[in-house]
Amino acid sequence: MKVFVDEDKCCGAGSCVLSAPEVFDQRDDDGVVVLLDAEPAEHLHAAVREAVQVCPAAAITLA
Amino acid sequence: MTSTMDPAGHSPAEVPEYPMPRAEGCPFDPPPALRELQEQARVTRVKLWDGTTPWLVTRHADQRAVLTDRRVSADMTHPTYPRQAAGGGGTLSFIGMDDPEHARLRRMVGPAFMVKRVEEMRPMVQAIVDDAIDAMLAGPNPTDLVEAFALPVPSLVICKLLDVPYGDHDFFQANSRTMINRNSTPDERTSASARLAEYLGALVARKLEKPGDDLLSRLGEKIKAGDLTVRQATEMAVLLLIAGHETTANMIALSTALLLRNPDQLAMLRESDDPALARSAVEEMLRYLNITHGGRRRVALEDLEVAGCPVKAGEGLVIPNDIANRDPEAFPDPDRLDITRSARHHVAFGFGVHQCLGQPLARLELEIVYRSLYRRVPNLALATDFEKVPFKHDGFVYGVYELPVSW
Repeated sequence: MKVFVDEDKCCGAGSCVLSAPEVFDQRDDDGVVVLLDAEPAEHLHAAVREAVQVCPAAAITLA
Repeated sequence: MTSTMDPAGHSPAEVPEYPMPRAEGCPFDPPPALRELQEQARVTRVKLWDGTTPWLVTRHADQRAVLTDRRVSADMTHPTYPRQAAGGGGTLSFIGMDDPEHARLRRMVGPAFMVKRVEEMRPMVQAIVDDAIDAMLAGPNPTDLVEAFALPVPSLVICKLLDVPYGDHDFFQANSRTMINRNSTPDERTSASARLAEYLGALVARKLEKPGDDLLSRLGEKIKAGDLTVRQATEMAVLLLIAGHETTANMIALSTALLLRNPDQLAMLRESDDPALARSAVEEMLRYLNITHGGRRRVALEDLEVAGCPVKAGEGLVIPNDIANRDPEAFPDPDRLDITRSARHHVAFGFGVHQCLGQPLARLELEIVYRSLYRRVPNLALATDFEKVPFKHDGFVYGVYELPVSW
């Protein structure tokens, strides 16, 4: 799994951090997403998929 | 489809009025007429208070698609924006704007509501909840849970965050109530909005002179840097103060009423030590009760299609999240309250770039309330007939006006 985030689309709702705090964080200046782990281990995949599903701004994509 | 009929088969004279009344005796469920619309059509016309007939989007998946569509605008000053009511003034800051200005302003207050910043507030919120329970238990029994607990807790939290004096709570709670009551006249709503703006404007001015460690002082820094006007900062402060206390207060009281009617779910929550169950209960309560019942409002900027239905540029869109959260396509057996279900994909906070910025704080407050109140007050009970509980059928934010409880 490869994770991509689009900072311009991000609205800083923090949904992804709630789903997968090991993979996503938020930038101190403005709350925009920070990708901590672009290739997360398999045990995190379900949480990352939930983060994609609940992201209100469609700012997270997987490959 | 003929040009005079909408997809649900209504001729122009038959277009149903929105919002619709809930069924007698079913205060926790969406209006039956709205559920019928959902079964009949994915997109259908409704008639608003001003006689306009925007499109209403009934399904969870289509609502999410509309709310993330960049051709759809949240600009409340657009001439055909489907307004909730007349009056109120202003745009309620970035809620009523489109990107890029929306994103620019929203990101100025974003850091205060980041998940990790909100998590740092946990001890403070826990102390506020514990103190409120102590005060309630030391006071008269029975009492009104709204006044004794549900309203003070989030009001105290948002006052701390903004450094608004809690002693002024009667003033800002009363004016907020007027602003979000459907039966307020346009004049009443506009003056309540002006009073709150005047009050918070004065507070912003004081923070400009004497900054502290609070959100309004950080907006003061943005004003000094030339990134924000005093008026913009004031509008943001009004938005944060109202959104910060009214919504969570209503969730606390309404979900307690719902749990008292569902003793098996209440017992499960009370008897569990698992913080994951409390967090899951928060999501299910948000899904089930979804207190912003007026429908998100948008206007199409271009011709587009919603679930195959052509929507013309300039036409309004109403997106009621309460019905999406009971959509069987998104939630199996949607009317069953089940605090163990996976409900994170609910749209109680809206969807798209306008999704509630304060949601991490709302979740934290609800989680702490759910883990504290029912354990500290294990024999909490309704102190009136359920039929006599006054529900806020006239509010833009749903809830109960009072909830008499005993223990």
